[in-house]
Amino acid sequence: MSHAWIQNLAFLAVLLALAFPLGAYMAKVLEGEWTFLHPVLGPVERGLYRLMGVRSQEDMGWKAYAWSITLIKLVGLGAVFLLMKTQAALPLNPEGMGNVATDLSINTAVSFITNTNWQTYSGESTLSYLTQMLGLAVQNFLSAATGIAVLTAFIRGLTRRSAAGLGNAWVDLVRSTLYILLPLSFVFALFLVSQGVIQNFSAYVRTSGGQVLAMGPAASQIAIKMLGTNGGGFFGVNGAHPFENSTPLSNFAQTLSLLLIPAGLCASFGRMVKDRRQGWALLAAMGAIFVLALTVCTQAELRGNPRLSSAAATQAATLSQASGNMEGKEVRFGAGGSALWATATTAASNGSVNAMLDSFTPLGGLVPMLLMQLGEVVFGGVGSGLYGMLMFVLVGVFISGLMVGRTPEYLGKKVEAFDMKMASLAILLPCAAVLIGSAVTVLTPAATASVSNPGPHGFSQILYAWSSAANNNGSSFGGLAANTPFYNYGLATAMLLGRFGVIWPVMAMAGSLVQKKHTPEGLGTLPTHTPLFVGVLIGVVLLVGALTFIPALALGPIAEHLSMH
Amino acid sequence: MNLQLRPALMSFLAFSLLTGVAYPLAITGLAKLLFPHQAEGSLIRKDGRVIGSEWIGQSFSAPGEFWGRPSATLDAAGKPLPYNAANSGASNLAPSNPVLWGAVQERVAVLRAADPLATGPVPVDLVTASGSGLDPHISPAAAEFQIPRVARARGLEAGRLRALVAAHTEPPQFGILGEPRVNVLKLNLALAAQR
Repeated sequence: MSHAWIQNLAFLAVLLALAFPLGAYMAKVLEGEWTFLHPVLGPVERGLYRLMGVRSQEDMGWKAYAWSITLIKLVGLGAVFLLMKTQAALPLNPEGMGNVATDLSINTAVSFITNTNWQTYSGESTLSYLTQMLGLAVQNFLSAATGIAVLTAFIRGLTRRSAAGLGNAWVDLVRSTLYILLPLSFVFALFLVSQGVIQNFSAYVRTSGGQVLAMGPAASQIAIKMLGTNGGGFFGVNGAHPFENSTPLSNFAQTLSLLLIPAGLCASFGRMVKDRRQGWALLAAMGAIFVLALTVCTQAELRGNPRLSSAAATQAATLSQASGNMEGKEVRFGAGGSALWATATTAASNGSVNAMLDSFTPLGGLVPMLLMQLGEVVFGGVGSGLYGMLMFVLVGVFISGLMVGRTPEYLGKKVEAFDMKMASLAILLPCAAVLIGSAVTVLTPAATASVSNPGPHGFSQILYAWSSAANNNGSSFGGLAANTPFYNYGLATAMLLGRFGVIWPVMAMAGSLVQKKHTPEGLGTLPTHTPLFVGVLIGVVLLVGALTFIPALALGPIAEHLSMH
Repeated sequence: MNLQLRPALMSFLAFSLLTGVAYPLAITGLAKLLFPHQAEGSLIRKDGRVIGSEWIGQSFSAPGEFWGRPSATLDAAGKPLPYNAANSGASNLAPSNPVLWGAVQERVAVLRAADPLATGPVPVDLVTASGSGLDPHISPAAAEFQIPRVARARGLEAGRLRALVAAHTEPPQFGILGEPRVNVLKLNLALAAQR
């Protein structure tokens, strides 16, 4: 047995051990309670409110809340775009990077404001240090904070009774940035530097042998890229780059950090709705799907590529050799560490990679694709994963309610027709974007020309791209030459739909739920913390995903797998 | 209706200063103070000149050197330039792509031609391109595979080389994280210092 399995177990154990204390802390922050960081950051928080002209006690209705969130993203969109279009004339550009093409700038700006971080450029050959830190890293913070804010507002919709306000968007953004994302990133960035991740503003280093070493302020950006489930690499190959992810320990810590906040938020949720079992139930459902996915992916990658054994190369595991499918992988991580990262990064909406998914075995590549298509609700993005999962919870409650003939309710709130419409919209809009986008692509000759691998795998490349964009993941089957106007504009549209097409229905539902009375628990109430309900929830998630995507998956990874065996 | 324009603009400005200026500058300052070697790229210097980075692999092809993994990086014009650390990249070849099978077969043939006596199975990491194109490591098995060739080219005893490789082999961190590995650049530098 490979020690990759032990590494997987250690990962799950450490993740759970960290999620609960962090969850308790985040619940305090989001409810505005006093924490140990308040003596230092409290004055900064109050100063920010004064600067912004925000009265922190002022409540917003759902429309004002959703609009505020959308507005600051639009401002960010403009800022990133302008930075990319003018970087040649701006400071902190020692390598003299030129201004970026318009379609690529729009695609990248949309990609970073929507927490997708789809990248059709290579950081070290396209962007100045200023664009990276002042453009992209700021959006890494803001888009993660947005996810937490929307989740917090939705939780208020569940807990407040006969009310109208969902809290103040600016306050929620400030609190999640100041008390959660910044302190965690600060510590994590320094840890990464200790492992070998670079952090400087030097020009690229020319060695005596003629090698040119790319430089830059990488660690500060990588810390938030992982913690905020953003995923946009400082360098072209993302977490596979030794300057971005130097050691097995930095790799383990980065993999942990990308699931840390999403897992912790489940615990926060339990505390905020005053019933911790509700948080555990969600964590259990997510954990079960994650373990299943991780097992399949690890097994597939460790087993290797059957076609290479005949080429007289050995992929067998020995004490001294990384085993399995090593094309596109780094020796220090091995097939095991790469499969773990691939599963985690697509369970979350992170999308960073430490190995090239395009070269994964068909089944090993199917796992990340399917995890995205499920809507990234298995831990999912910071905030967005949990509010996405809550949509499935409401569908689960609704279906169970219909089966026993009772009015469905969740946490004392009746789930009615309007709420179901919004949940369906939030679940189905990204699915539609994936399928329609893929269909249009295969019908467009100019777009299919970007495919780099023959056979069913070529279709997988297209399907993966749309799944990634519409679910705000950002990982890719990187062989697809996606830096063309078709993909840059098309995928940008899918990213916007995948972000705001979910946020607005979720906020509308929060606005509907918050007005409702609290219905006391009765005999007919379906408890939502039991193993039975966890099973229902897993079933709903997998069924919706399977019904929507199995035909498409059959044409891609499944056909490729069968053709190779 | 309150359009929220002022808080949107002011908070964007504030967040930009906080997370886009203060935060990276603070990290850079602290990194310089606490981990100056790592922050600057773990550079290896010889006689005052930078000869490489501990973390970035280099292209080796002489019979008397240990070779690293195949690299799929390109130059600015899109032509192959292995171990181009200014433009990281991978092959992105699918496992089902015949081009990949052919490339692996070709690399196996090159290794066998360089050492006709090496008839054992070729470790897979020695014939597959890495994810970054800059992988600084090979597996201990891949180093072992090359020992007879290097020994012959250098006129050194295989046993001495074996000890050198063993000294440069790192086990999985804490016994379970990652894989055992040998840093090729460091190994070759140590090899060059042997006499």
